[in-house]
Amino acid sequence: MKLVIVAGTPGSGKTSVLMHAIKNLQEMGMRPAVVKVDCLWTEDDSRIKRLGVPVRVGLARDMCPDHYSIYNTDEMLSWASSQGADVLLNETAGLCLRCAPYPDRALAVCVIDVTSGPNTPLKIGPLLTTADVVVATKGDLVSQAEREVFRERVVEVNPGCRIVEANGLTGKGSRELADLIKGSGEVEGEMHLRHNPPLAVCTLCTGEIRVSKRHHRGVLRHLDGFAEYLGE
Amino acid sequence: MIITIKGGFDKDGAPECVRRVDVSSGEVIGIVGPTGSGKSSLISDLEQFAQGDTPSGRYVLIDGSPPDPELRHDPRRKPVAQLSQNMHFLADMSVCDFIYMHARSRGRDTGLLSRVLEMANTLTGEPIHGDDNLTELSGGQSRALMVADIAVISDSPIVLIDEIENAGIRKKEALRLLSGEGKIVLVVTHDPLLALMTGRRIVMRNGGMVKVISTTEEERRFCDSLFRVDTWLLSLRELIRRGEVLSATEAAI
Repeated sequence: MKLVIVAGTPGSGKTSVLMHAIKNLQEMGMRPAVVKVDCLWTEDDSRIKRLGVPVRVGLARDMCPDHYSIYNTDEMLSWASSQGADVLLNETAGLCLRCAPYPDRALAVCVIDVTSGPNTPLKIGPLLTTADVVVATKGDLVSQAEREVFRERVVEVNPGCRIVEANGLTGKGSRELADLIKGSGEVEGEMHLRHNPPLAVCTLCTGEIRVSKRHHRGVLRHLDGFAEYLGE
Repeated sequence: MIITIKGGFDKDGAPECVRRVDVSSGEVIGIVGPTGSGKSSLISDLEQFAQGDTPSGRYVLIDGSPPDPELRHDPRRKPVAQLSQNMHFLADMSVCDFIYMHARSRGRDTGLLSRVLEMANTLTGEPIHGDDNLTELSGGQSRALMVADIAVISDSPIVLIDEIENAGIRKKEALRLLSGEGKIVLVVTHDPLLALMTGRRIVMRNGGMVKVISTTEEERRFCDSLFRVDTWLLSLRELIRRGEVLSATEAAI
């Protein structure tokens, strides 16, 4: 089984690019299955289902969506296997830029929207810097010069990545992405994340809703950058 | 250099009528057709050297062979400069920083900035300064800067132009700057003057290339009168823009 994690900023066109790539994978004789992870609500599954591939939705609700996705990876893989799939495409919710939900043996795809500007690659962090493939979307909305400056910035933060210029409307770049998916390795055995998640368990995660500093515990960072541990 | 476009399929999946077009260095070729007929897709296929892997299924060859895959990805080696229809920059940075970064991405001398600004300012009436923010430039300034950036920084043997007439800049001058010497130029246009300045034009319909027309002698003969009409229209436009009232004298060609 191959595993592809499709992450990226909200609204960057992850689902549209993925749908075009699924068609290409089908033409190549592959059998993809899709798990779409979202927070509260999604209707992407009904869009993807029309392509005739097995689709499953996971709603993280009050759990961190990336943590949810990582926690359920084994289960998703065995589900995909039971559906007769040979590649599992896991589209993440695309929210947190600090986590990178990429297991080491998976193909890590980061979808990023060129219209977000050439400073965006500097802001994104491990989601972009640890990806194998960076799919740059909406390039038709900017000039060639802007696409090239954007690309330069991506290469600055992730020199080894493969950049695919894609368009979710026309399907540009999807064949290239499908080729990369087809050429990716099989996942088996124990996997590790490529990047450590954020510092520590956060008091908010355990249900604290009071805003003031004195109610919070853990490894905490002040506005001036000073980090300290507060707690038992 | 010869660029070959091998026909693919139109929007209905039927094979394109035109199966092959060869364009050699020094030729300016037009692309015409109604909105939605696939002109921009053809430009996009050329920009990425389609190898049957785009929705049209076309192949684009350089000197008869598929180009090295690296040419498609690395702007330092990409032999294509493209002026798209975009009228504005979205990058939140100064003109200086942007041109500097673009020169770096293309592996060009970062000292070319002053040449870019100088050239841009010959195309637009509103001066552009290096410390202006890109997003604050007017449509005309943005287009002028895009044209100058392509002519200087992206200076490439293949130039793709997707409509220059609506840009609010001196179009004939812009086409001359972009074409340079001995380049392959493909220009999408609805403008009769620009269309007749090309030697041939590809006609698009329903996503496919349907025919290639060579500019006839008869067409060439009224190029001069078209140019006069165009100059006249531009001068009237300038008067209107300046807030003046047209009189019968100006209204006569």
